[in-house]
Amino acid sequence: MANTLKADESLIMDPVITIRDLRMSFGDNHVLQGFNLTLRDQENLVLIGKSGSGKSVLLKCIIGLNTADSGELIVLGKKVAELSQEELNALRANVGFLFQGSALYDSMTVRENLEFPLRRHLDRVDPARIDDLILSTLESVGLAKAIDLMPAELSGGMKRRVALARTIILRPKIILYDEPTSGLDPITAKEIAQLILDIQDKYQTASLIITHDLDFARSISQHIVLLVDGVDYAMGSYDELSTSSDPSISAFFK
Amino acid sequence: MEALKIFLAETGALTRFCFQFFRELFHPPFEFREFLRQCYLLGNKSIFLVTITGFIMGVVLTLQTRPTMMEFGAEAYMPAMIGISVVREIGPMITALICAGKIGSSIGAELGSMKVTEQIDAMEVSGTNPYRFLVVTRILAVTLMLPLLVIAADAVSLFGSFLMEHIKGQVSFTLFFSKVFEVLSFGDLIPSIIKSFFFGFAIGLVGCYKGYTSSKGTAGVGRAANSAVVVASLLLFVLDFAAVLITDIFYDL
Repeated sequence: MANTLKADESLIMDPVITIRDLRMSFGDNHVLQGFNLTLRDQENLVLIGKSGSGKSVLLKCIIGLNTADSGELIVLGKKVAELSQEELNALRANVGFLFQGSALYDSMTVRENLEFPLRRHLDRVDPARIDDLILSTLESVGLAKAIDLMPAELSGGMKRRVALARTIILRPKIILYDEPTSGLDPITAKEIAQLILDIQDKYQTASLIITHDLDFARSISQHIVLLVDGVDYAMGSYDELSTSSDPSISAFFK
Repeated sequence: MEALKIFLAETGALTRFCFQFFRELFHPPFEFREFLRQCYLLGNKSIFLVTITGFIMGVVLTLQTRPTMMEFGAEAYMPAMIGISVVREIGPMITALICAGKIGSSIGAELGSMKVTEQIDAMEVSGTNPYRFLVVTRILAVTLMLPLLVIAADAVSLFGSFLMEHIKGQVSFTLFFSKVFEVLSFGDLIPSIIKSFFFGFAIGLVGCYKGYTSSKGTAGVGRAANSAVVVASLLLFVLDFAAVLITDIFYDL
């Protein structure tokens, strides 16, 4: 019931991401064929779909790494397609992205990995406070002791935590998660899921999360969007979708 | 016909990549810290290999040439001959080939794996132009470091040659090097240094291009590293051929 209540509350919040009729193709492969989505402030929205259905492509469109063929994509009130490079970089400071494989910079220590985005956005942070900020962010993911280690010295779960710390270090308003628990053992996956919930509570972010982990989806989401054949096939709470009689929806919840 | 099409397409893509380098080079901000780090990594960490190779090159060249020169009673010309061949041709070319293997492949593999593991995307999301941060700094670092490595290799190679001359012919250090510098002129040194810059640029450009444009997957990383060495080595010979022709026009070899 708590989920349903939260879902109702989220409807009165302002949208932070609005996607209308988004289309994108790679040659003859039509990945997105008129996708729609609204993510509201402080809402956790989970996106599920088959592998290769275009979920990661969608996230990369939102952050401006991919350019959609057509459709409207508004993030924090700005149309992504119309932004200059400088405006896009400014927008990216407000949108965190947790990559599927963590994507930590191999040649840099944990400290340098976290310092990297800070140095790029010195307008958002006092240079004298960079060390404090790095340490406090690492503490919030429970890895302050790993500050001088190289990524190669970290386990998969630790890498994911450091990547999460790097994602939140600029205190973004939106966080995009690309399969945050994939490749982790069930215990570590649960720890990461709890960490994401803690971070959402602490920093009041909106989150768009791609996952195949249904337990994780149930514990974290107010709404779930199902991506099938390039469109937003269904949207609802976990309970609504998991009890659906539509075979295309129920196939995901078996 | 298909091979020709692929070759032309690849040449066109490499040329565009090269133009992008010059466009980004003069577009602030310049990533100075990363540039210095690359100079250290690419220059300092190659110097041992380059100097060892240079030393062996000098020793072998002297040992192989000496008997023939002695047959003609021309061993007095050994220092001059070794000096000219090392400084003009063998030093720059061997050093560049070694660096194409060591630096070209490491850049290709590093950027390729960064692409596969989405580190380049992560960099872009952090508000950084990855081309400027990764490509411009590396190409510039190799371009500037290679001439220094060539000078080091030349010096060690001549020293190796002197050691052999000293052991075989009791030639003194002063005599050997005075004979070397008697025949060497700026006309030998300048073209050699200038072509080393081009060699360095070619190694950096090809390594970065192959890594940055590698196809996804770990197999793509291996291919990027391998083809970076092959294409860079081939390009070095083409550049050397062009450099010798141009030098001939200006200095009448």
